[in-house]
Amino acid sequence: MTLKTLLAGAMALGLATPALAQDDPVKVGFIYVGPIGDGGWTYQHDQGRLAVEEHFGDAVETVYQESVPEGADAERAITQMALQGADLIFTTSFGYMDATNAVAAKFPDVKFEHATGFKREHPNVSTYDARFYEGRAVTGTIAGHLTETNKIGYIASFPIPEVIQGINSSFLHAQKVNPDIEMVVTWAYTWFDPAKEADAARAMIDQGVDVILQHTDSTAPQAAAQEANENGGRVFTFGQASDMAEFKPTPRVASIIDDWSPYYIERVQAVIDGTWEQQASWGGMPEGEVVIGEITDAVPAEVKAEAEAMIAAITAGEYHPFTGPINRQDGSAWLAEGEVAEDGALLGMDFYIEGLTGDIPN
Amino acid sequence: MDLSSISPALLIASLMVAATPILLAALGEMVVEKAGVLNLGVEGMMIMGAVCGFIAGVESGSPWLGFLSAAVGGAAMALLFGVLTQVLLSNQVATGLALTLFGLGLSSLLGQGYVGIKTNTLGRIDLGPLTDIPFFGRVLFGHDPIVYLSILLVLGVWAFLKYTRAGLVLRAVGESHDAAHALGYGVRRVRLMAIAFGGACAGLGGAYLSLVRVPQWTEGMTAGAGWIALAIVVFASWRAGRVLAGAYLFGGITVLQLNLQTAGARVPVELLSAAPYLVTILVLVLISLRAGRGGDAPACLGKPFHASS
Repeated sequence: MTLKTLLAGAMALGLATPALAQDDPVKVGFIYVGPIGDGGWTYQHDQGRLAVEEHFGDAVETVYQESVPEGADAERAITQMALQGADLIFTTSFGYMDATNAVAAKFPDVKFEHATGFKREHPNVSTYDARFYEGRAVTGTIAGHLTETNKIGYIASFPIPEVIQGINSSFLHAQKVNPDIEMVVTWAYTWFDPAKEADAARAMIDQGVDVILQHTDSTAPQAAAQEANENGGRVFTFGQASDMAEFKPTPRVASIIDDWSPYYIERVQAVIDGTWEQQASWGGMPEGEVVIGEITDAVPAEVKAEAEAMIAAITAGEYHPFTGPINRQDGSAWLAEGEVAEDGALLGMDFYIEGLTGDIPN
Repeated sequence: MDLSSISPALLIASLMVAATPILLAALGEMVVEKAGVLNLGVEGMMIMGAVCGFIAGVESGSPWLGFLSAAVGGAAMALLFGVLTQVLLSNQVATGLALTLFGLGLSSLLGQGYVGIKTNTLGRIDLGPLTDIPFFGRVLFGHDPIVYLSILLVLGVWAFLKYTRAGLVLRAVGESHDAAHALGYGVRRVRLMAIAFGGACAGLGGAYLSLVRVPQWTEGMTAGAGWIALAIVVFASWRAGRVLAGAYLFGGITVLQLNLQTAGARVPVELLSAAPYLVTILVLVLISLRAGRGGDAPACLGKPFHASS
């Protein structure tokens, strides 16, 4: 009897499945490099996921996996998600590039979107990125004005084009307003390790750096700067990826916020409509993907006005942060007077601009 | 390159801060392993200590209460492991790994409402004129109390294992649980106490991260420190003094490499980044070469014990 009931139940389920599949919600998966509570990069992607849920309600179902290491394990995690029946998968870190393409080859019916990468080896792989360097131009300008020691620190993660764009853009604009500037770059080789990020910030502060820009995802450098300020220091920081508003008004004086919601909603809609096609998206301030968080009163009014004018000019498409004349680090010409960097050159950026010291690790 | 911008006093001071979490965790794990138990859950106990300490610190406003809760939280996690492995005789390696996963998950659940909150942190002890002595003042007398506590704990553990009867019993249990049992010592009880001590130390180490070194709560903030602590126990060949040396060596090179990068040293960054791991492995190999007598691991390390066998 029991067995019979079970069998009947199983058969009913088996029969019911195809019927359910008709009005199945679209399943959207997200692979995250850090925990959703990192207060930075992954937190913002998760805000995008929540925006998708809110926008579509019952029409979509979202799943996510946090703290997926970049490397072999990523392929397993993405495969798992595809096997679970995801229709669209966002892989949200540069290091998932090869894994995303490898899994995409095995699941031609699943759509893949890889953040900040450039490989689209299969028709079901798109890439998307945001022009963070536009935000870096603004924070670089503020940093150049705020520093008194003329030493600006940059906590870098990995030597990839996205990070190098950020370093170059910050330095270029800091130098424009303060020609004596020196930029110290420290490679942390991690996206997320609060203790290491705090140590890197402290090493900088110990050596006289008074403005810290970060390209890692936790708020630890902000806390380190705050601690230094409480002990009589004068250190400023900028929120990275997320607003990091809890460190306002100092040390955090402004922030670069990544807003992925418009893009995620647009792409999920495309899957629902059946109009999804491969593309390489690179939005910035005009598209609302890169937003500058509140500039606090610790920044002098005229500097704030200058920063806001730059935001307006970039948003209106009147100013490109990489406008010549710009030389490479070795002194050779990169962009001529008035020339604007092409996207291709930016996406493959592997050199420092003139004035930066040190080498980029391979 | 401008190495003069690195201040030796500040460097040593910050290496002591950087080393303290792994020192505490490694010291606790050493005692556990001395009792013959291999607990791979250090990472999980550390992160539980970090979150418990942070929550208690925020809610009570007292970092001391935070550290106390962290020790209790870490010990509770450890006793979970203890009951599973000592009473129910589960596999120690698997249970330890599960403890790490469990700790990471549970801590992020508990910490949900505490992301991005600030807490009171422990200030440096002000010893007045002593702290003003050039160089030595900052290096020896300019730390927060937990740094001194951790060093005292090293001394305490060393003296306990070497000079006390209880320490001798603990080592006997780790070397031969059957002999210790035959002599009438409660193997299971000794091991459970060692496991709880190890958990409390790991919890303190985690809380040092969330209350002093970072200081805030972020999910997964230990970022592998527990595994480093485990490695340091082996490197230290189960001796308290060497645990101190190992932790300071690792912490020191971590801080030094960041300082060298900031000063613009002309050394490849890849090499600098890998340096803490490379140097620690190198020293480990050298020490085990010199030892050359089957290692110093407790003979019953990782072996299950049941009175009937």
